[in-house]
Formats: sequence, C-alpha cells, structure tokens
Amino acid sequence: MQFGVFTVGDVTPDPTTGRTPTEEERIRSMIELALRAEDVGMDVVAFGEHHNPPFVPSSPTTMLGYVAARTNRIILSTATTLITTNDPVKIAEDYAMLQHLADGRADLMLGRGNTGPVYPWFGQDIRNGIQLAFENYALLHRLWREDVVDWEGQFRTPLTGFTSTPRPLDGVPPFVWHGSIRSPEIAEQAAYYGDGFFHNHIFWPKEHTQQMVALYRRRFEHYGHGPADKAIVGLGGQVFMRPNSQDAIREFRPYFDEAPVYGGGPSLEDFTAQTPLTVGSPQEVIDRTLTFREYVGDYQRQLFLIDHAGLPRSVVLEQLDMLGELVIPVLRREFAARRPPNTPDAPVHPRVTAALGGVAGAA
Amino acid sequence: MAPTRSLVAVSAGLQVPSSTRLLADRLVAATERHLRDAGIEPVARVIELRDHAQDLSNHLVTGFPSPTLQAAIDAVARADGLIVASPIFNASYSGLFKTFFDVIEHDSLEGRPVLLAATGGTARHSLALEHALRPLFSYLGADTVRTAVYAASEDWGRSGVPADGSLVQRMDRASRELAAAMAAREAHSPPDAFSDPESFEQMLRDLEPRQAGDN
Repeated sequence: MQFGVFTVGDVTPDPTTGRTPTEEERIRSMIELALRAEDVGMDVVAFGEHHNPPFVPSSPTTMLGYVAARTNRIILSTATTLITTNDPVKIAEDYAMLQHLADGRADLMLGRGNTGPVYPWFGQDIRNGIQLAFENYALLHRLWREDVVDWEGQFRTPLTGFTSTPRPLDGVPPFVWHGSIRSPEIAEQAAYYGDGFFHNHIFWPKEHTQQMVALYRRRFEHYGHGPADKAIVGLGGQVFMRPNSQDAIREFRPYFDEAPVYGGGPSLEDFTAQTPLTVGSPQEVIDRTLTFREYVGDYQRQLFLIDHAGLPRSVVLEQLDMLGELVIPVLRREFAARRPPNTPDAPVHPRVTAALGGVAGAA
Repeated sequence: MAPTRSLVAVSAGLQVPSSTRLLADRLVAATERHLRDAGIEPVARVIELRDHAQDLSNHLVTGFPSPTLQAAIDAVARADGLIVASPIFNASYSGLFKTFFDVIEHDSLEGRPVLLAATGGTARHSLALEHALRPLFSYLGADTVRTAVYAASEDWGRSGVPADGSLVQRMDRASRELAAAMAAREAHSPPDAFSDPESFEQMLRDLEPRQAGDN
C-alpha cells in the first residue's frame, strides 16, 4: 500500500498571525514538503493544479520535474490534473516527458475542476465538464498507446498523422487515476478503462466516498478487468496531530474556524464527526485511518492533506515528520495484517518495481 | 391493501407555534382526507425548516448536509406530493424557505404535485404566491396545483368576529386538487444513477461528432 501527501497549494493568511506567505514562499514550501516526504519514507507526493488565486500551482510538471531531479524514490503525482481545460495533447506530452525524467516515477490523477470561470478562460464551458473529461481522456489514452493518431472530436482541432513525443517510457503509459467526489459518470469512466479511482475523501461525508467506490468496483468487474476487490482505489484524508489530543484541537481550531473551505460553518467537532477530518493524537489518526477500509474495501493509496488553511511551514513539516515516524509505519503493518494476501498493489512503472528490488508497490 | 402515497409538508414558519405551521397542518389534514376518499392511504410528514436553520447555513458553506438535514432532503425528494408554506417577508418567501429549496438537487421536484401556501399579516401580500412562489417551483419543474392558499391574520377570525369561511373553502379546494394530482400519478421512485448507471460505451457514442449539417 502506498502512503503520501497531496497539496492544493493555497496561499492563505495564517489566522493566528495575519501573515500571508508570498507566492515564492508557498511554492518553496510545496517543494520542501515533497522532498521531505521522501525523507520520512512516504511513497507518493501529489500537487494540485489551479489557474486562479489564491492558489499557486498552475504548472505541475515544472514543479514535479524539479522534485524528480532532487529525489530518488518517491512517486510524483497530481491532485488533480484538469482533463477538461487542458489540451489532452499537451497532457500526453508533458507527463510522458516527466515520466522519462523521473525514471518512471510519475502517474497522474485526472479531475474536472469546479471553478466556473477557469473553463471560459481556457475556451471551454463548465456545462460540458463530463463530456470534456470523456473526450479528452479518450484522446489522451490513444496518444500514449498508438504511435500515429488520426482523430476528430467536438472540443479540439482534429489531428491527422500526429505522434505525441516523447513516447511513454519503455512503452508503458503513466498510470491514471480518475478523481471525482460525486459524479457517477467518472467512476464509470475509471471502471471502463480499468484505471484507478481516487476519492478526495476530505471536506465531505464518507457516504459520498463509499457510494462512488462501490460503483467503481462493481463496474470495474462488469467491464472485465477482474473482480471488484482487485480494482485500484485511492483515498485522501486530512489530519492534524499533537501528542496530546486536546493540544491538537486547541492549536488547529483557529485554522479550522477561518479556513476558506469550511470556515464560518459547522463546529470543528461536528465537522470531524461528519467528515474524515481527524484532529487528535497520532494514535487517533491511526485508528480513524484504519476504519477507511471498512467502507471502501482494501485499497491501494492513502494520501493526506496537511498543508492548508494558513498553517505555517514549520508546523506542516512537524506534521509530516509525525506521519512518517509515528503513523505510517504502524499503518503499513496494520493494513498489511488486515488485507487478503492477493490484494493488488497500485500499478507502478516497471522501472520503479525494478528499483525496489522486484517487489511491486512500496511494501 | 390500499395503495399509499407520501405527502410531505415543508413549513418555514419561525415562531413556535407559527401560523405558517398551522396552515400547513390544516392543508395536510385536508389532503389526507381527500386521498382517503380516493382510496389512497396517505403517509404524511411535516418538516419544520426552523429545526434545520443552522444546518442549512452550514450546508451553504460546506456544500454538504448534516445527517438530519439529509433525511429531510431525502423525504422531499421521495414525496409523491408536497405542501410548501412560507411566511411572506418583504414581498416574497422567507430566506429560510428559499435556502432549503436552494440546496435540494435541481431536478428532484420534476413533475411533482406541489401545493403553494403562504401567510402574512395582511391580505395585501397574497399575490406573492403568484409572483414569487409559483415561478420558483415552475423553475424547479414541479407541477403546482392551480389553487394556492394565502392566510392573513384576519382569515383565522378576529376576536368576536367569526372568519367568513373563505380560507376553509380555499384550503379544501387546493387540497382536493393536490390529492387528485397525487392520485393520478404512479407512486414516485427517484432514479438512482448509482444503482443503474448508464453504460460508458453509450456515453462515448453520444459524444461522437455529428455529420456536417446534422444539427
């Protein structure tokens, strides 16, 4: 099973000091998070993609390319790559290039994006979100598998005799996860291709996650990719820890109360009860995380969100260290003890498998 | 066994007790009577939006309902017929009333029989039913019954002066129309995209470019 962190790269004032990091500081802190994630033993780091303030990461492959050069082992991913407003030809080129530079340590997660104006800024219409995701991915899928593509669709200029370069490393396309909170069409799409399905599993009640994963697993089997319990599932999660649970709650509360996503809404207590957010001791994070498999089945990838809502860089790095030292080693052991031995690992490039000594996944 | 139909009343009254709730209760009772006359067993429930006021504002901020608000939303989505009652504030429905209908799925009332009702201090605001509530429910695709019911304070009877009975007659006519619309329809079962997904091949085929001139 893979463990890691994902970040959306929000530039948010620290509500306890009123200080807002500069864009440069925020970009540097994302990079630092990624480099240190490898040092503390994580398997994956994933960067978001946004084209509007207060977010900085508009150019994920530039950032991931930099991280690739400074790491050796960690898998580089996205959370998410906008399949609706990016040109699928450019996605095919950029992520194949990243795959080469990272020796195969690259995969990507596709999402639609829910910021209305981004669509017209990139010449699209949010009302076509699902259709854009279908058509653009159908093209991306072919560009990585066929050397010469003739293609015509509704949303992009036709291609005749087009070859996307570089070709995927050793002819193996990057593994793709499809992410969606509650659109059944996207679970269906992931199942149809036999790709992975990722649920962000933060900010929303677990029932959304459960419903989407159950549909994906059932349809994965329907489309002939194998039994439902062999489908490839990833989850997000959001945590804040201190050795003492009450200290965690006291320290996190002002960040929760002012957070852009839920500030001014429910109490921290209600929100932690109604969503997967866990604020408490490392043991509480371990206990809560181990319950996730009870409603989605045994799964392959667990990513944590720890660096948002204006939390200072030093605190985020402490969270990362606690995850690496106290939480993830226990989770690896406990998940392994609970899952049936034939549960698949998340697919990785053969070069990654080889680098790990022939053992698929990250053990 | 008699066929059953679910009847849900949504009341946005703010006081306890409120005249809006009183009106909703009377309309529920009258509709139940007319359904029974048509050989249908009603299963009625009243949702007091005041009980969900906090959860509704949280839903606006977080994008998801609390479990109790979810249960109320589900009851409305599954209802065979609805009675919706709001106090008239500043010439329209109340903010609480609108908030509830803002957070339900936009297509969940499509084709559903709905009886519109409102209360106010004076009869001068009665047309708010026609210029505010009816367009909202038309937009939501509901099948609003012809007679809407407005109750001003004086309609409940002033001290020493009996009400003239027109409110009672109007409630009876509106609830008869609602019961007839509910009886004329099959019991409602909302579609579930999760239990019966559309095939991906079909969705892909729907995307294929149309031939030139084929619009």
